[in-house]
Amino acid sequence: MARVVVDVMLKPEILDPQGQAVQRALPRLGFEGISDVRQGKRFELEVEGPVDRDALARIHELAETFLANTVIEDFTVRVEDADGNERPAGTGTAAASEGAVA
Amino acid sequence: MSPQSHSHSLDTVKHAEQTPETDLPWKELGLKEDEYARIRDILGRRPTGAELAMYSVMWSEHCSYKSSKVHLRQFGEKAPTEGPGAEAMLVGIGEQAGVVDVGQGYAVTFKVESHNHPSYVEPYQGAATGIGGIVRDIIAMGARPVAVMDPLRFGAADHPDTKRVLPGVVAGIGGYGNCLGLPNIGGEVVFDACYQGNPLVNALCVGVMKHEDIHLAKAAGTGNKVILYGARTGGDGIGGASILASETFDDEKPSKRPAVQVGDPFQEKLLIECTLEAFHADLVVGIQDLGAAGLSCATSELASNGSGGMRVELDDVPLRDSSLSPEEILMSESQERMCAVVEPDKVDRFLQICEKWEVTATVVGEVTDGDRLEIFWHGEKIVDVDPRTVAHEGPVYERPYARPDWQDELQADDPAQLPRPANGEELRAATLALVASPNQAAKSWITDQYDRYVLGDTVLAQPEDSGMIRIDPETGLGVAVSTDGNGRYAKLDPYEGARLALAESYRNVAATGARPLAVTDCLNFGSPEDPAAMWQFAEACRGLADACKELGTPVTGGNVSLYNQTGEAAIHPTPVVGVLGVIDDVARRTPMAFRDEGHLIYLLGDTREEFGGSAWSQVAHGHLGGRPPRVDLERERLLAEILIAASRDGMADAAHDVSDGGVVQALAESCLKGGKGARIVVPDGLDPFVFLFSESQGRALVAIPRSEEVRFTDMCAARGMPAARIGVVDGDALEVQGQFSLPLEELRRHHEATIPELFG
Repeated sequence: MARVVVDVMLKPEILDPQGQAVQRALPRLGFEGISDVRQGKRFELEVEGPVDRDALARIHELAETFLANTVIEDFTVRVEDADGNERPAGTGTAAASEGAVA
Repeated sequence: MSPQSHSHSLDTVKHAEQTPETDLPWKELGLKEDEYARIRDILGRRPTGAELAMYSVMWSEHCSYKSSKVHLRQFGEKAPTEGPGAEAMLVGIGEQAGVVDVGQGYAVTFKVESHNHPSYVEPYQGAATGIGGIVRDIIAMGARPVAVMDPLRFGAADHPDTKRVLPGVVAGIGGYGNCLGLPNIGGEVVFDACYQGNPLVNALCVGVMKHEDIHLAKAAGTGNKVILYGARTGGDGIGGASILASETFDDEKPSKRPAVQVGDPFQEKLLIECTLEAFHADLVVGIQDLGAAGLSCATSELASNGSGGMRVELDDVPLRDSSLSPEEILMSESQERMCAVVEPDKVDRFLQICEKWEVTATVVGEVTDGDRLEIFWHGEKIVDVDPRTVAHEGPVYERPYARPDWQDELQADDPAQLPRPANGEELRAATLALVASPNQAAKSWITDQYDRYVLGDTVLAQPEDSGMIRIDPETGLGVAVSTDGNGRYAKLDPYEGARLALAESYRNVAATGARPLAVTDCLNFGSPEDPAAMWQFAEACRGLADACKELGTPVTGGNVSLYNQTGEAAIHPTPVVGVLGVIDDVARRTPMAFRDEGHLIYLLGDTREEFGGSAWSQVAHGHLGGRPPRVDLERERLLAEILIAASRDGMADAAHDVSDGGVVQALAESCLKGGKGARIVVPDGLDPFVFLFSESQGRALVAIPRSEEVRFTDMCAARGMPAARIGVVDGDALEVQGQFSLPLEELRRHHEATIPELFG
């Protein structure tokens, strides 16, 4: 079993009302020095079998079609090994390296 | 892409003068060659990148109405000059929304707009920001928004993409409207394969104010400050106006899909409160919302509606993304922004109100005594234009139009040849098929996702004939609004189709007991560069303008959406007409439900054999051909007077307009709404099928208590209104004597299951 993490963030040019709400709250709560907050979603996928090129390609596809709304969101896919260390495995941005395995 | 990226240094006015040969991406920004030549001509030099950005968005179809203008003029030229509608007009076409006097010192503003293309690309946010945009138009007039409505058109109900678009659109409308605290009191949901690649998401907003609170968008008074307030400006929706709404989708050019905008209803709520407080404190000279074309539109329109010029410091615009170029700042369509013109000694108080509501507000410029709109960036002048040439003197096209050659063939394809139900059993089956078809089925799965009763003044909402809102809790004064438009009728005959849309909307308002006063329209059509679509548009405008004149209901404003076309396939011409009516006391409204057994059911109007474009021909045969039903506006006016009098004098317990699906559909809806059955007798001389399914216009069902029968029939007879007693409210089945009987439970199951099964 391996874990693949998909992070989904609103594209940088898209308004993030939730992030802004968090940012506005920070000084009220006494947390200074934060100039911007962007809020995203993190999906942890437990994968059966080896996380090979095919598996990652499939995860990339499911992220692109289901987890992220690519009209307004970008996503990144990365693999977490047993120690919790991470390695990147492609992104959903314009420069995506489709399902690349580190 | 920004024009800036083509030059390394800042493209100032001075730089543009010195480098006349520099190529600019005018084509990519949607301008035609002759349009670009005209801009050079106006300026006497090449435009700067920032000027090009402004002209390109403001001269786009969406903002300039360049193809539609010559036809829209009829709404002014043919506007009724007498009658209650004309007398009630306080502000007409050309302002952000029309304003109508509804009595007791109140004025109502209402407008419908399209957000079609963005809602196809990103259904949730597209529909949500559609609500946001129309609400800002209403608050810019000084009115408090009190209700919204959404006329929607989707592709085939069972098409997989409809399952993507519809739930997103519905959730977006609900999400934004509910967060804003505005009741959604009606609208329409129609499915047809012609809308597959071009769903229509129109949004209507109604606002209320006192007469003295009406405000017009203008920037008068040298030295007055220009204040931008609301959300910060980001990189969303850049060029949306010129590119997204004004060109057909083309799969080969994905780069033409710009980022859509994301809305924030909580910010919008603050904008409403902040704007209205500033208005009431008399701090504002002029105000304008930022919609399509953003700051380009707001500055050029405010300046050209005022007396002087305007100077804007673009560096002072609060940004969400500091890397934006000046061109991008000018074109950005970030949501929830407004622009106000404020006298210098009132600026501090205005800013205090904004601060109280936690709304970012910044002075970004001032009104000057010249006649130029000048915009500065890093101290350098990057825009120097006559604002009128940007906002009002864009290109005007007399697009060629021609009646398509298939029109005759379509009209010749008479539904009279279609096989019809021949006996009671077949009529029963046809009835069930009709009420269960996606277009005739109950839409409560959709409308239940909208808050209908927030604010506590909703009197009627979906599925009633009109939405109705109480304006004054003391006197009971209220307004009713209905939106209607049958694209199938309009396809068969766009002139008659537009008149039919008005006739139905007018009738729907009158059915609730309200007096129809004024019209707003959203004209959804295909590409103006296609002579057939342009002909449909021209015919529909002519038809609507003629009909408005005849019924005495002026058009107060609205919106045109062209290019609803994918490749060769245009949508049905879809003029959506909103009618606003006034009712002196909402307690006297007439609902649609049959409520009490024993009440007599009357059918008002004449039933002819009219099946062209009918719901039956679509459901039973997938057929579209022939002629739409005949329109008789004098009859509509008489019917409205009867319905209003019946409401005012307490004669009718229920009234329901007869339209799509005919009498049987109307009966089913009134029975199901009230949970009461009806025993119906087919009038002498009428074929049962024609009686039940024909879509002849100028008709309505009414339920009359026995004690009122003589008074009611005397009134109809005195005024020459045909009224046939067709049955009585009774039992728990819809029974057509000698034909069939349908238990309400069975009827309800068919009527209410369709939409949840498709989308639930």
